[in-house]
Amino acid sequence: MPTATYDGHDVAVNDEGFLTEPGQWTEDMAPQIAKSAGIEELTPRHWQVIRFMRAEYQAKGTGPTVRVLGKTSGVPIKELYQLFPKGPAKTAAKIAGIPKPRGCI
Amino acid sequence: MDATIEKVSIIVSKGSLEGIYPALIMANGARAEGIEASLFFTFFGLDAINRKRHEHIKVATVGNPGLHLATLAGGLPGMPGVMTHYLERKMDKLDIPPIPEFIEMIADTGAGLYGCQASCDLFGLTKDDLIEQVKDIITVGEFYALAAGGQIIFT
Repeated sequence: MPTATYDGHDVAVNDEGFLTEPGQWTEDMAPQIAKSAGIEELTPRHWQVIRFMRAEYQAKGTGPTVRVLGKTSGVPIKELYQLFPKGPAKTAAKIAGIPKPRGCI
Repeated sequence: MDATIEKVSIIVSKGSLEGIYPALIMANGARAEGIEASLFFTFFGLDAINRKRHEHIKVATVGNPGLHLATLAGGLPGMPGVMTHYLERKMDKLDIPPIPEFIEMIADTGAGLYGCQASCDLFGLTKDDLIEQVKDIITVGEFYALAAGGQIIFT
């Protein structure tokens, strides 16, 4: 199982770089994971999405797909793609230390 | 072959509900993975971006073996409406958006929407007849140019 080091801690990650144990995540890791995903700076808007993803995971056992994210996070689809150009649900999930959401919409 | 797909250009050539949705799911799914995507609507696929028709896309009920519906039954008046309504209700429960909303969403993700010049000439359509999210009406050569370097998916 590959590992990565964020905020001085070693965490287990899968081949795509997602944390395999969400419990190991701390907020301080987020900016570094974001950098590795190509996002140089996390604005409050980014954080709104990241915290939302984390909360959804904790409440429902899985992060939301893009459509649900656009409808319920308070951030519309257009803006989501501006914040996370390489796919908002996928990228925000990685930064939030949760598994990649599985869904087709 | 590269390890990841960076860009897809998806052709939408059919005007039935079941003919249009796969292309939309492919486009939306591509964008969700960070893959660049364009949709090129040609022939009856233009109905999906036609202001007058995009809210009235129906399931094909005749000669559609996938429906498992006898041809004579499928040909009864009103059948397309009934089957479409039935499928739409099921999709709504799964939060699959109706075609106009889905296409608007896909445009918001940054995917390019294009109409086919030849088909627009054939049906007498101009950009004014198409929804505002359509970037342009382009020729097949222009499509190949924008698809270059990526994958082309024909639906």
